[in-house]
Amino acid sequence: MTSMNKHTLSVLVENKPGVLARVSGLFSRRSFNIESLAVGETENPDVSRITIVVNADSSPLEQVTKQLNKLVNVLKIVELDPHQSVQRELLLVKVRADRTVRSQVLETVELFRAKVIDVAPDTLTIEATGNPDKLDALLRDLEPYGIKEMVQSGLVAIGRGSRSITTGPALRAA
Amino acid sequence: MTRPTPETLANRATPATVAAAAAAPSVATSPTPATGAQSLVRSLEALGVDVVFGLPGGTILPAYDPLYDSKVRHILVRHEQGAGHAATGYAQATGRVGVCIATSGPGATNLVTAIADAYMDSVPIVAITGQVTRASIGTDAFQEADIQGITLPITKHNFLIQTPEEIPQVLAEAFHLASTGRPGPVLVDIPKDVQQAQTTFAWPPVLDLPGYRPTLHPHGKQIREAARLIAAAKRPVLYVGGGVLKAGATEGLRKLAEQTGIPVVTTLMALGAFPDSHPQHLGMPGMHGTVPAVYALQKADLLITLGARFDDRVTGKLDSFAPDAKVVHADIDPAEIGKNRHADVPIVGDARHVIDELIAAVSGTATGAEAYKAWWSSLNDLRERYPLGYDEPDDGTLAPQYVIERIGEIVGPDAIYVAGVGQHQMWASQFIKYEKPGTWLNSGGAGTMGYAVPAAMGAKVGRPETAVWAIDGDGCFQMTNQELATCAIEGIPVKIAVINNGNLGMVRQWQTLFYEGRYSNTELGTHKHRIPDFVKLAEALGCIGLRCESKADVDATIKAAMEINDRPVVIDFTVGKDAMVWPMVAAGTSNDEIMFARDVRPDFDEDDL
Repeated sequence: MTSMNKHTLSVLVENKPGVLARVSGLFSRRSFNIESLAVGETENPDVSRITIVVNADSSPLEQVTKQLNKLVNVLKIVELDPHQSVQRELLLVKVRADRTVRSQVLETVELFRAKVIDVAPDTLTIEATGNPDKLDALLRDLEPYGIKEMVQSGLVAIGRGSRSITTGPALRAA
Repeated sequence: MTRPTPETLANRATPATVAAAAAAPSVATSPTPATGAQSLVRSLEALGVDVVFGLPGGTILPAYDPLYDSKVRHILVRHEQGAGHAATGYAQATGRVGVCIATSGPGATNLVTAIADAYMDSVPIVAITGQVTRASIGTDAFQEADIQGITLPITKHNFLIQTPEEIPQVLAEAFHLASTGRPGPVLVDIPKDVQQAQTTFAWPPVLDLPGYRPTLHPHGKQIREAARLIAAAKRPVLYVGGGVLKAGATEGLRKLAEQTGIPVVTTLMALGAFPDSHPQHLGMPGMHGTVPAVYALQKADLLITLGARFDDRVTGKLDSFAPDAKVVHADIDPAEIGKNRHADVPIVGDARHVIDELIAAVSGTATGAEAYKAWWSSLNDLRERYPLGYDEPDDGTLAPQYVIERIGEIVGPDAIYVAGVGQHQMWASQFIKYEKPGTWLNSGGAGTMGYAVPAAMGAKVGRPETAVWAIDGDGCFQMTNQELATCAIEGIPVKIAVINNGNLGMVRQWQTLFYEGRYSNTELGTHKHRIPDFVKLAEALGCIGLRCESKADVDATIKAAMEINDRPVVIDFTVGKDAMVWPMVAAGTSNDEIMFARDVRPDFDEDDL
């Protein structure tokens, strides 16, 4: 599938046990593939926000959105337009970097405005945030040195401008 | 934002909940000390529950102690699946929430089939299960099962209660969720130590369901758009599903149909929503629907879909379903709209409100019988040429269709008919005439064999003054007939007509048609060996057992059964095994391929519109 079919959903849910299982279970039950999922509390401790990246055409996506809306613990669903929102992932990567190549690796780190967070005699551990394209580019540049280990967070995203999706009549009164 | 109380919610809810609320005089109670178990039972009382179906065990024992003193009637079933289907039958017959109770582990998992069944047919039931103590959860304790996880995909919602304080609120929320919007099963799992703990009971609780806001009133613009399509249509059909029954919208449906003169088809879940005797009723569409009903959908230029969901058993091969039709689709569940078939006019709302507003919107438009003269003439022609019927078996055996037809005629349209799943179910849908809502109960979506006996029990408990006849198969009957012991002991005089053809008849029919008559594992031996002997079995279960093997005895046997009202009656109607259900659209094929009988295809094109 092309990235044309990639959609980012922000799902506001009640912060209660088991809600994540209800949401993720629904995706697998209705044959939808979750590409990435990230969850955390919002400014309101009663509300969690799940950011889901899903690959789907628009008509099945509408169906999954409707099914999600049926979950009693789901408060609100917003699809974020990639051009009207900021999207970030966090990447931690352990790269081979002995003395012979260390300065080159550090140059790449600099170039991508990443950070070195741990140093060992033969490796550097690098932290980077960015949209998925930027992190892919960083990984491509680091690959020749040898990636020993890496871990990536799910994508989180927020709309641009002053409007907020966490206010409004759809949400519980604080 | 003020949070809704059960009262305010009941006031804006569907008739089913209003009825439940009316039966429950709101007993405001100031906080009094209680155990969790007492709080549970008092919550059920406050919710107006008059009967629960259940079977106790280790982790639900605390709840059974206060239940012993309660005015809530407990009916002790013989298997938890029976409790689940009984709650379903009770709910379908009365429109109120049915309640079943089981212990943890296997008790709870035995409810699973009934819960899945209620989910598929959108039946409001609340299942209450015991759970191991909070400290033991997750340790593989004795009789532990993660019933909340297991029932996640087959409940409208479910709860695992964490503290005794939340019991009244969760129960009130469970009943509210089960009975409003698109109804469905809700499970409440309660750890044993929560039931034993001290708490306070107060009523009414405040509901806290910020993410639950069913839309009852349709959008005016969509109604006007639907009315515009209706005014322009030449070949419209009212495609009516179970949502119309659940919304209590049958009066309105009749008015809408008569005002517009549009033909009506009612799905398996909607039988009784529109009188079978009404001249505008074409019958049931779908795999075993009538030729005129199937044809009407295929040739329609507009489907006015009310509380139906374009199930595969109705549409046949989806690509070729109603190819020329625009679709108005009204449903209370937005996720149903556009799920299987694109809707030109989507309408989200309760069927009662939708129909009332449609009636107002179409009045004055040029509809009426005159407007659809050509349409009706082709439909009437098909009705004449392809009526429902059957042939007498060549081998002299009793025709199952005849038995079912006679039951319908003799027992009449006021009784409740409850079917199992298979050939007998389809014949009961075809050859009994349903004139009133709530007189036909069956397992439509899930197709649960074994549904009939316990569901009939629940229906009879809910409507004790009404005759309840189960039409069951010999396969289905052997799955759940243990509940006849419950019926006999609890004084629930249901009638069970076992249409005994000695086989898993519907499977056998498919083996005849699609597997060259290779009858792999469909013969049950209830003919050849008479194992079990249903008459003896009935007697062993405290019922009267009757047997009927010839056409001449059918009427007298039915009448004899009607005379017995002090205990359940089981009739073994020994019928031929080769009868088949017709018409039939083979699975996965187009509705255009409907077979009126074996090797007989109606010719739709000769009067092509």
